[in-house]
Amino acid sequence: MRNRIVVSIQAIGHRTIDSIWRLGVASRFFVWVLLKSTTSFLRFGLVVREIYFVGVLSLIIILVSGLFVGMVLGLQGYETLQKYGSESAVGTLVALSLVRELGPVMAALLFASRAGSAITAEIGLMKATNQLAAMGMMAVDPIARVVAPRFWAGVISMPFLAAMFSVMGVFGGYLVTVVFIGVDNGSFWSQMQNAVDFRYDIVNGVIKSCFFGVAVTAIAVFEGFDAPPTAEGVSGATTRTVVTSSLVILGLDFVLTSFMFRGVS
Amino acid sequence: MTDNLIEIKNLAFSYGTRPILNNVNMAMSRGKVIAVMGGSGSGKTTLLRLIGGEIKPSGGHVKVADQIVHHLSRDELFKLRRKMGMLFQFGALFTDISVFDNVAFQIREHTTLPESMVRDLVLMKLQAVGLRGAHHLMPAELSGGMARRVALARSIALDPMLVMYDEPFTGLDPISLSVIGNLIRRLTDALGMISIVVTHDVQESLKIVDYVYFLADGVIAAQGTPQEVKNSVAPFVHQFVHGEEDGPVPFHYPAQSYQKDLALENFVA
Ligand SMILES: Nc1ncnc2c1ncn2[C@@H]1O[C@H](COP(=O)(O)OP(=O)(O)O)[C@@H](O)[C@H]1O
Ligand SMILES: [Mg+2]
Repeated sequence: MRNRIVVSIQAIGHRTIDSIWRLGVASRFFVWVLLKSTTSFLRFGLVVREIYFVGVLSLIIILVSGLFVGMVLGLQGYETLQKYGSESAVGTLVALSLVRELGPVMAALLFASRAGSAITAEIGLMKATNQLAAMGMMAVDPIARVVAPRFWAGVISMPFLAAMFSVMGVFGGYLVTVVFIGVDNGSFWSQMQNAVDFRYDIVNGVIKSCFFGVAVTAIAVFEGFDAPPTAEGVSGATTRTVVTSSLVILGLDFVLTSFMFRGVS
Repeated sequence: MTDNLIEIKNLAFSYGTRPILNNVNMAMSRGKVIAVMGGSGSGKTTLLRLIGGEIKPSGGHVKVADQIVHHLSRDELFKLRRKMGMLFQFGALFTDISVFDNVAFQIREHTTLPESMVRDLVLMKLQAVGLRGAHHLMPAELSGGMARRVALARSIALDPMLVMYDEPFTGLDPISLSVIGNLIRRLTDALGMISIVVTHDVQESLKIVDYVYFLADGVIAAQGTPQEVKNSVAPFVHQFVHGEEDGPVPFHYPAQSYQKDLALENFVA
């Protein structure tokens, strides 16, 4: 009995130490990636190629989701606002929710499951099939050549994807409320224009998406590079990328929001 | 400066507390094909990784071209590696780029040659392994033997002085197998390099190599020319060359006594 208690306490301790250890390994890896990023900027073509894979190929899912989210926002917003006779404010509601929250967060979540998982799987498989070792033996540093370009591609793509998500969302809201329901076109846009502040709303949203971009891609490249070189190892790492990045996005969103919008009257 | 391009002295290595190699000595000179044989898990791959500087020994050293590998700085090591090639077990081709780009990879990374020259070099290397016509294929479109020939072309792209092959014959049909074997021999002679072939395939490798080392229990258990190996009466060599199940190389992985293991199992259940 006593033995069992000791064993379970030990197990908890082990898991805790393991997690902290892994966090340390991940941080060190992140610093390496930053230090070895010179190649990515000297040979920017490498990054552009990866932007195509992580950014451009995520575009469809981002645009379509943005459209639907905007349409739903428009519908729900109209439903509620019309009760108070202020349905012309629906444009403001749609734009603010998208630019401040849903754009960066939803785009980052979609990006994590579309591009983050792909990055992890690709790097993990390259490791499992010895491609990274082969590259190292050819005197080419895999972190500089494979990891860093993917990392920067993700970091660069994320704000643009979030922006496009918001644009599509606003368009979706417009479509539902103005075109289908018949809210006044002029007041939809003018109220939106008055209420949305460039510095306060848009820049803060962009800052958020930059943080999310760094977080998601850093997690994705680390999980791939750290994956055990087996089939289960790579599939487990892919799952962990999606789960961890989603949690980190939502947690980080709370922290950033409380710094940015605290004291909104 | 000795004749030996590669000199391995008292080399020891362990993973954690588990010793893998202890006191390995080898010497190799240019133009030679060297075979390293030994059972699975005897540390052959580890030996190649030590030579390539991927891991550091716990004792002794590997000297390549009069430089002690594990004393080199990272930049110096990478410089040395430009003169080394490594052929991984299944080729380890980059699967996202074509055969041509695979072979061109090192040339493009390490030189500033114009693309027309890169093209000529790549086609020459592919010609040497008989796959010039396959330059536009993707790695997924190649058979196992072809993939390894491409990997061979890739590893000799910059005319290295040393190429290491990790089990290049595994999983090949007899024809591809002797194609690869003969290629290794021909390229070694033509480029005047050293080839270190890690292999289980005794019969094939005895045809092409100049010298054989047998690795067992972390030491060189036997060595000699193919002729000496064939005629050897040493029990270990005999077991290996004739593929006998039990002998000096035990069939069983080290374990505590069988009875104790079983008794323990009864106790738990
Ligand atoms: N990264 C590692 N960590 C711990 N042990 C390892 C590692 N790689 C290999 N080993 C162990 O070292 C021994 C030698 O491995 P290796 O050199 O790959 O053998 P082989 O002769 O089959 O190529 C094996 O028993 C293996 O279990
Ligand atoms: Mg091996």
